Amino acid sequence: MSTRLASGGRLLNKGKQVHFSFNGKQLTGFEGDTLASALLANDQMMIGRSFKYHRPRGIVASGAEEPNALFNMGEGGKFEPNQRATTTELFNGLSCASQNHWPSLEFDIGAINNHMTRFFPAGFYYKTFMFPAFAWKHVFEPIVRQSAGLGKAPKDRDVDTYEHFYAYVDVVIIGGGVAGLQAAKAAGASGAKVILMEQTPHWGGRAPVDGGDVDGMPVEDYITTLINDLKQMPNVTMRNRMMGAGVYDHGYVLGYERVTDHTPLENGPRHRLWRIRTKQIVTATGAIERPLSFAGNDIPGVMLASAVRDYVVDYGVSIGDRTVVVTNNDDAYRTAIALKKAGLEVPVVLDARASGGGALAEEAKALGIRVENGKGIAKVKGGKRVTGVAICAQAGEGSVLEEIKCDAVAMSGGWSPVVHLWSHCGGKLIWDDAQAHFRPDATRPPKGADGEGFVIPAGIANGPLDLPAVLADAHAAGLAAVKAIGMTSDVTAPVAEEKPEAAMEPVWLMPQGAGPKLRIKTWLDYQNDVKVSDVRLAAQEGYESVEHTKRYTTLGMATDQGKLSNINGLATLAGQLNAPIPAVGTTTFRPPYTPISFGAIAGEARDEVFQPLRRTPISGWHADNNAFDEPVGQWRRPYCYPQNGESHADAVKREINQTRTSVGLLDASTLGKIIVKGPDAGKFMDMMYTNMMSTLKPGKCRYGLMCNENGFLMDDGVVARIDEDTFLCHTTTGGAERIHGWMEDWLQCEWWDWKVYTANVTEQYAQIAVVGPNARKVIEKLGGDMDVSKEALAFMEWKDGKIGDFDARAYRISFSGELSYEIAVPASQGRAFWDALLEAGAEFGIMPYGTEGLHVMRAEKGFIMIGDETDGTVIPQDLNLNWAISKKKEDFLGKRAQLRDHMASADRWKLVGLETLDGSVIPDGSYIPADGNNANGQRNVQGRVTSTYYSPTLDRGIAMALVHNGLDRMGDVIECNTVSGTMIKAKIVDPVFYDKEGEKQNV
Amino acid sequence: MLTLKCPYCGVDAEETELHAEGEAHLKRFGPGSSDDDFESYLFMRENPKGVHFERWRHQSGCGKFFHAARCTMTLQVFGTYPAQTLEPPQDIKDKISATYPGWSWREFQ
Amino acid sequence: MRRYSAFAIAREAARFHTGWERAWRSPEPKKKYDVIIVGAGGHGLATAFYLGKNYGITNVAIIEKGWLGGGNTGRNTTIIRSNYLQDPSAALYEKARSLYETMSQDLNYNVMFSPRGVIMLAQTESEIRGYQRTAHANALQGVKTEFIGPQRVKELVPIINLDGPRYPVLGGLWQERGGTGRHDAVAWGYARACSDMGMDIIQKCEVTGVRQEGGKVTGVDTTKGPIDCDKLGLVVAGNSGDLANMAGFRLPMESVALQALVSEPIKPCMDVVVMANTVHGYMSQSDKGEMVIGGGTDGFNNYTQRGSFHHVEETVRALVETFPMVSRLKMLRQWGGIVDVTGDRSPVIGKTPLGNCFINAGWGTGGFKAIPGGGWATAELIAKGEPGPLSAEFGMERFIEGRFIDESVAAGVAH
Repeated sequence: MSTRLASGGRLLNKGKQVHFSFNGKQLTGFEGDTLASALLANDQMMIGRSFKYHRPRGIVASGAEEPNALFNMGEGGKFEPNQRATTTELFNGLSCASQNHWPSLEFDIGAINNHMTRFFPAGFYYKTFMFPAFAWKHVFEPIVRQSAGLGKAPKDRDVDTYEHFYAYVDVVIIGGGVAGLQAAKAAGASGAKVILMEQTPHWGGRAPVDGGDVDGMPVEDYITTLINDLKQMPNVTMRNRMMGAGVYDHGYVLGYERVTDHTPLENGPRHRLWRIRTKQIVTATGAIERPLSFAGNDIPGVMLASAVRDYVVDYGVSIGDRTVVVTNNDDAYRTAIALKKAGLEVPVVLDARASGGGALAEEAKALGIRVENGKGIAKVKGGKRVTGVAICAQAGEGSVLEEIKCDAVAMSGGWSPVVHLWSHCGGKLIWDDAQAHFRPDATRPPKGADGEGFVIPAGIANGPLDLPAVLADAHAAGLAAVKAIGMTSDVTAPVAEEKPEAAMEPVWLMPQGAGPKLRIKTWLDYQNDVKVSDVRLAAQEGYESVEHTKRYTTLGMATDQGKLSNINGLATLAGQLNAPIPAVGTTTFRPPYTPISFGAIAGEARDEVFQPLRRTPISGWHADNNAFDEPVGQWRRPYCYPQNGESHADAVKREINQTRTSVGLLDASTLGKIIVKGPDAGKFMDMMYTNMMSTLKPGKCRYGLMCNENGFLMDDGVVARIDEDTFLCHTTTGGAERIHGWMEDWLQCEWWDWKVYTANVTEQYAQIAVVGPNARKVIEKLGGDMDVSKEALAFMEWKDGKIGDFDARAYRISFSGELSYEIAVPASQGRAFWDALLEAGAEFGIMPYGTEGLHVMRAEKGFIMIGDETDGTVIPQDLNLNWAISKKKEDFLGKRAQLRDHMASADRWKLVGLETLDGSVIPDGSYIPADGNNANGQRNVQGRVTSTYYSPTLDRGIAMALVHNGLDRMGDVIECNTVSGTMIKAKIVDPVFYDKEGEKQNV
Repeated sequence: MLTLKCPYCGVDAEETELHAEGEAHLKRFGPGSSDDDFESYLFMRENPKGVHFERWRHQSGCGKFFHAARCTMTLQVFGTYPAQTLEPPQDIKDKISATYPGWSWREFQ
Repeated sequence: MRRYSAFAIAREAARFHTGWERAWRSPEPKKKYDVIIVGAGGHGLATAFYLGKNYGITNVAIIEKGWLGGGNTGRNTTIIRSNYLQDPSAALYEKARSLYETMSQDLNYNVMFSPRGVIMLAQTESEIRGYQRTAHANALQGVKTEFIGPQRVKELVPIINLDGPRYPVLGGLWQERGGTGRHDAVAWGYARACSDMGMDIIQKCEVTGVRQEGGKVTGVDTTKGPIDCDKLGLVVAGNSGDLANMAGFRLPMESVALQALVSEPIKPCMDVVVMANTVHGYMSQSDKGEMVIGGGTDGFNNYTQRGSFHHVEETVRALVETFPMVSRLKMLRQWGGIVDVTGDRSPVIGKTPLGNCFINAGWGTGGFKAIPGGGWATAELIAKGEPGPLSAEFGMERFIEGRFIDESVAAGVAH
């Protein structure tokens, strides 16, 4: 059984007990424990079930590579699935539960799959579940979905907060093991701005566990001096609990800092995402031990040898009383020695190498440990935990030589550098035959904006495994990083004591000749239940590319992203294909290194601040007066202002009736306002607009259209000529920034010799439309020096002056058909002006109207709306706006496009009005079918409705539509479709429904 | 995540400050041009694997449009230069030649 | 071809699955084929399959630079829908969707087509009008869709947040027969069926040149030597510009990176596909339990298959806003693919300036859902030499005539 030892545990504070629960059981651990070490200390060997076969699973590793120990953690708004126990620090009150079983971990119905293993080989679902055709969706898929999926879905809203940091530095060093610390010291001494990040809470990595001497002191002490040195450097920022999550182009690094995961009661963000721009990156990301592939290598109690050692040394936890060690390299002897020294039994070390190990093996033997060379494990015995191993010759097919009782197996298949961050941005790998691993090819690094490499691997992450070489490499990497940015450092390299090791020998299957019965129980990917037999089957069936094999078997696609399984799987595939491993290649390494929370990625942008919110000077009044808003771009505009619980439709009707019969107000501040100024302004305006704008007289306004170069109508609005040199262009609310950019594009990139400046002054003004027969009276009541009479300020004119005390510019323009003044005042005076208008208009029953009232009134007048009558495929000619298209101009944007066959065709749909025969309202988006079907069996169409409203003024449904040959078909009755299939009959009429002569706006 | 130096304000601009504006050095064809020329101007695009010239705007910065010479395979940036020119400057062409001898892009080489 | 079935699996289980044959052959190229398809992605393989199935043309090679299905077919978010606005698009995508319904049976390969339903959320007034327009168009196009209210959306997607303070959910366009499929399986299933018809799938063979004589194609040069053909189909999303270059013409396309990401797997919590276009994010849950999330495209030409992280941020923000529970899930993996985007964002299926050379390209972000329809239409085009009704509107000549197929039309925001 696994238990806490009386001694050991260098990371623990044994003076402080921590209480936590697992599957409802109350357990205790110590401060400094990970959830994994605390569970093991409580003899929780089985901690979960696998994905596909629901096999019992135990903890395999001690770090980020752990594939099995994933838990549902926390409750309510702090619940989170798939939390990795090996990277979760223990805290008081932690509650977690195992995943993927029903009804309980101990008794799991799904485990029946385990007995059907043979019937569920890789890709079995591609070969079955096909009949009958409906069955996949309705029968099989639900079963598959229920049995997959690991953790539970969170139900409640996240109660935690998240934030983003930005940093701009010279060097980022990822990994705070001895290599990262050494590289940081070398780089930091140059004065360069350095960030050093470490994913765990501890500096120094696993060097203290592995031991060795540096500069005449134990490596653990050397690490302490390194940390102290670095803390003295103001230019070096050290962050633990921060993982290098991803490396992106041009030196962009994501750091994922788990700020309060381990102290959930403290205030502050849970996670912090660092977005770092750096000139150089040093990846001191260490290495991961590989499992060995033998039958039963997934039974709880089988663990990586390094992890067994970590638990003993770091946490004072023994995995078993009797641990069999199985290895193909010298490093695992360190585990045997550590166990022995901790007073635990190591019945045998099985060394697959016929020639056995080196000095470490001798040391183990000297401690009385039995060592068997050329031997391996034929099969692990046990179900929910290890009970023994059957020993065989590695060279054979698995004939059992001996059975040994044990309750743990420590395995080591060699070490693979963590090359993820090196590879994210295109760093290439090279196969190292001696160590049987891929390591960074320093001659082919990821390249930055300047075409030079910007990532330097360091320490074990670069291949060397022994301490002296690791330190030398890391030191050199730190120096190289600052050299690359033109700085120098004069730190001398440390000297570590050499401890030669015997060469490792690759072992991809144990025993070498294991037959199908063993291979089907030999796991490569624990979490996704991929076995040696599956990879072999994939190759046999022609899924030969490493990507095919991965996808066919799901090897490496689990939440650990194949950190343990990739190399073993590749080697198995290569073996089956009779190809060298490097020829098979790797799958692509993609960010993040380990999963990062979506909360951290989203940061603070949620709810009200999900996106920037733009407000007009009058927004506060709208909010105080029950406005119902609609989002328009990043603005929110009042749709209507419901009173006393009335419906939106009733509110709109009231607002329109008031405006048409007396006076209404519209907050039009969101309309785009762009100043175009300069000696060539007229020439420029003539290119931007389809109309002739250069002839517009100062003091006058003109409605104008803008097309893109493809000929389509993109924006409209009233242009006022301010003076000979200056125009003010109104755009749609959504169009202001776009149109301003569009103007700048032409001025900067095409006609850069034209003397024109533009400025977007949208937010500099509050603009209020005073609309209705009593509009003039209201304005006149305010007083001031501006004469707003018909004679002094005629329709389509504008004027500057004082209205009341306000500095105003009044435009006599109308989008409603009523007598209307759009009055701009400086933004700072907007609210006061609005209030003054409300007060002055009180006797006329003045009230604001919203965007829907605006829409209906413009439709009653037959005015087009960008986004309704236009959709990016409509040209002005379709909307009978030929009058606004200058015939005299040689050129304007869009003119050439409108000459193309399809645009100039007489067959285009034209804008008309529609009146339903029964007065009803046609649904939005209705189409007008024609006879017969097209070649694809679709009903022919002859038009579509572009706007449709109930008109309070006319008390009937009105609509605008684009209809084939519409202008020639006045009085015809057509049918508009509905989604229910019934048709609504409507008569084609003039689109101007109200005040056809325009008398009301011209009084 | 690109960075490009804005040739106007001198800022090493983050991609999030910038807006990509498509192929550089397009010649506008207006009324009187042939159908082919007009189609080509509006739609036909260089889409090279390698050196590419493009327009950017320092949209959340100084607002200026500028040109960049960039490799679409490696994202190496050979340089940026003002919008008010009809062809890439010689020093940028030289820099490209140092990496890709014999390169060509449309009429430039 | 040995048929796949539960019985076959049981039989093989008895002998540890040693009897399964290769899903497709890997032959060396012959000297000449009637038709060469460049690109063994979904569209290329589907084109070959329907050349054989519909027109009896089986002397076909499908040439692939990498591994079959390794481009965008294996990188997309597997959404299948046909609720398009414009007639030509709706016809093509609905053809594809209907072929997906029987694809597993047609290919004897379970592609796991799951018609679980697709909702496109309406979060602004103009989006409501846009989707209502689509629903009316679909009604006449024979595509079954409906506009549903917020309460129905909530019933279909219990984890959705209807009342976000910025963009409350106002309704949605619902296509019940839309859904998802297993992307790799589509490529593998077609490959197996093509191989079974005697077609040669030649992987790890890069086309280096297009051979022509008198304005007509005669074959291709490849890294495995020259191969002759009577007709050539270029079906190489993400590399179309390069191939067109070799063939001597230009395309109205640019290649950009499109990103996607997945969460760690969780137990089933969302049965339908949800797309939220105002806030720019879409999500479905795979059978494995991962939340599969589509991101945006970069604005610049890029062949690296890596996108910019800020697009991932934008997408994740949108999803956290729309589905607050997502905040406590974790991103497992993000990746990118290269898509060809045309001037009107609709694909090109048609003839090229080079005789007997045909192209299927420019699918932008929507290629996977179209695979069987695109293959069907391209096969017809190649077999007959002229476009059939499905592809008639998708030729490149539309750009010169100004006859666009623009699906982005509901996006107008103005007042």
